[in-house]
Amino acid sequence: MNSKLIAIIAAIVIVVGALYVFLSKEKEQAIVIDPDAELVFPSLSYRTGPYAPNGIPFADGYADYFTLLNERDGGIGGVPIKLIECETGYNTEKGVECYESTKGEGALVYQPLSTGITYQLIPKATADDIPVHSMGYGRTSAANGKIFSHIFNYPGTYWDAASIIIKYIKGQEGGDLNGKNIALVYHNSAYGKEPIRTLEELAKKHGYELTLLAVDHPGQEQKSQWLQIRRDQPDYVLMWGWGVMNQVAIQEAANIRYPMDRFIGVWWSASENDVLPAGDGADGYKAIAFHGVGDGFEVYDDLRKYVVDTGKAAGDGSNLGTVLYNRGMYAAVLAAEAARTAQVMHGVAGITSGQMRDGMEALKIDQARMAELGLANFGPEINVTCENHGGPGLGAIQQWDASSKSWSLITGFTGADREVVDALIMEDSAAYAAENNISERDCG
Amino acid sequence: MSLELLNTLEVILNGLMTGVMYSLVALGFVLIFKASGVFNYAQGVMCLFAALTLVGFQTGQIPFAHLINVIFGTEYHHWSSDITGGMNSFLAIVLTVIVMIGFAYIVERFLLRHLVNQAPIILFMATIGLAFFMEGFGDLMWGANIKPLDLGIPSGGSFWWEEVTRTWATADSKYIGMYIDVLDVWAAVIAVLLVIVLTLFSQFTKTGRALRAVADDHQAALTVGISLRTIWVIVWSIAGIVALVAGIMWGSKSGVQFSLSLIALKALPVLILGGFTSIPGAIVGGLIIGVGEKLFEFWIGPMVGGATENWFAYVLALFFLMFRPQGLYGEKIIERV
Repeated sequence: MNSKLIAIIAAIVIVVGALYVFLSKEKEQAIVIDPDAELVFPSLSYRTGPYAPNGIPFADGYADYFTLLNERDGGIGGVPIKLIECETGYNTEKGVECYESTKGEGALVYQPLSTGITYQLIPKATADDIPVHSMGYGRTSAANGKIFSHIFNYPGTYWDAASIIIKYIKGQEGGDLNGKNIALVYHNSAYGKEPIRTLEELAKKHGYELTLLAVDHPGQEQKSQWLQIRRDQPDYVLMWGWGVMNQVAIQEAANIRYPMDRFIGVWWSASENDVLPAGDGADGYKAIAFHGVGDGFEVYDDLRKYVVDTGKAAGDGSNLGTVLYNRGMYAAVLAAEAARTAQVMHGVAGITSGQMRDGMEALKIDQARMAELGLANFGPEINVTCENHGGPGLGAIQQWDASSKSWSLITGFTGADREVVDALIMEDSAAYAAENNISERDCG
Repeated sequence: MSLELLNTLEVILNGLMTGVMYSLVALGFVLIFKASGVFNYAQGVMCLFAALTLVGFQTGQIPFAHLINVIFGTEYHHWSSDITGGMNSFLAIVLTVIVMIGFAYIVERFLLRHLVNQAPIILFMATIGLAFFMEGFGDLMWGANIKPLDLGIPSGGSFWWEEVTRTWATADSKYIGMYIDVLDVWAAVIAVLLVIVLTLFSQFTKTGRALRAVADDHQAALTVGISLRTIWVIVWSIAGIVALVAGIMWGSKSGVQFSLSLIALKALPVLILGGFTSIPGAIVGGLIIGVGEKLFEFWIGPMVGGATENWFAYVLALFFLMFRPQGLYGEKIIERV
């Protein structure tokens, strides 16, 4: 290659690069800001009733992050955020009422915090062109964006969680699960039954025996289930529980002296609320997580400075750094980043719910951006696409230390068995599409 | 003994223990129904409220702290700078009993007094309202977070019992011994003591005799000068104390949290089976429900996907109703037209 040709290529690269930077700036500058615009984020919370201990920290985290953006940055892209909280009491009917009563306010995205409510909102929100973010819950096959255009469940699904837990157990057992016995203690509801199909498929693949132990709502009495576990002595016990079921299960496991490091919960059986009542008995209990633990992240400095210390926090500030507060805050971070993406995509600051959906579908958060947000290594990189609304599907294992009363991540974030999980997602979403006469979107 | 037989015995034993826990809740319902004919829907919430109050005192929590802080812009949560610096458990129990007596007085003064001579359904509806009010009031007073409860009552599987029962199995079997939760044994002992005290109180004290007179015939009791209002305060106070005991035993298992109020659902089949007016009925009913649901789950549960206990308890109670509509120990009421 002669030097003339190299010079021409270099010149082209420089010109194209300069043009790209210029046009990007132009695009950012071209965002139209309506002075009266507001970004409306409804919060379907539950601060009362049996599930309030879990609902409160999540709702506080969700609210506090938006308050931080308003106080520190003046909102998102210069547009203030309006949070509308509506009490569902973790009741599906009330959740739908909340949706109906708030959607007219310009709601951008719903975070129902209930699998039952999510199932009800799937057809409604799709028809209303409002996205739903069921973060780590809801209908797992909604990860197929070609069928579920408005439902997102990134950064991971129940089936990812089941698969990652089995992968972890396999690692603990030297790579062989043949002949092992794994029991699943689950809430006898749509939520609790979600992982069964995946665990059955994985049992066929890895040769372990799966024992299913259903617990009826609310789960205050589990003696039968734990007597059976004591008799059978399974190698591992998994738990898909919520509310009081988690606390009772962990207490019963401690009572029968089941080894806690072989008892692994899903991320909704993984909060401080679940382990504290059992005291020292809960020491060593494990659970899967899709985000970091504790308050050792820079964003907490800002949350304390702009929100808690100024008296603008949703709660009394004592929840900061707890698992469910972190999760609520993370949900708000993902919503805010999607809104920011939508603003850039459409060139308007006061986006609509349809534009928000586009932003969610194009959401990309790398570690550099996480660091900018004050959340370095808090969670895995996010990359949502038209086909994949489930995100990266990564999870880590966290373990409880009863003496310091704290969780710590004992593994890095690792992926699910995509071969098994994706096949199940395709099968289930295809069945849903056939039932509801939905044709696949062209994701080009 | 064979493993199958030992496992069945273990299920029966644990069913009996669970039944005692149900009976503790059912007792409160029986006491109020017997004395006033009111089905107290709020009994489950009373268990919750009593347990919340006990933990609040025990941990030194300031009642209505959230409300006070919002109004006055303060940041008070505990009366001691040390978060564990509450009062000792005995004092906390005594104060909680006083609160429950105060609660009984308030219920009589502001609710029952205005509903004298109303139909039972009106009184029942009033207790539904009371339940919702108390749940919200408890939340406002003590907060909705889960509170670990530790009164020093031992819990966990009994090593001694495991050792004893291990020898019952054939020598070559790998039987690990029979399980029993020490907390459940304590609950059984407390329930027996409670029934003895309640029986002695109603048989050998003047107030007890007055309670029985009111239970037998309101009008006749009034004509001999027994104050219905005083009796109602006493009965609701006793039911409040029983609720505290039930709240302690259930709260020790799961921590004190708002789902405690749902344990009332477990007491209903006990009441249907045992009868609404009998203290022994509440105990026997609880034992039958406890053993019945556990055996059904053990034998039939695996064939039908498990989780049979909630519905089976009601089916069992309804089955008894077909033969004894008034329950095992209930009074047969014949109304002549």
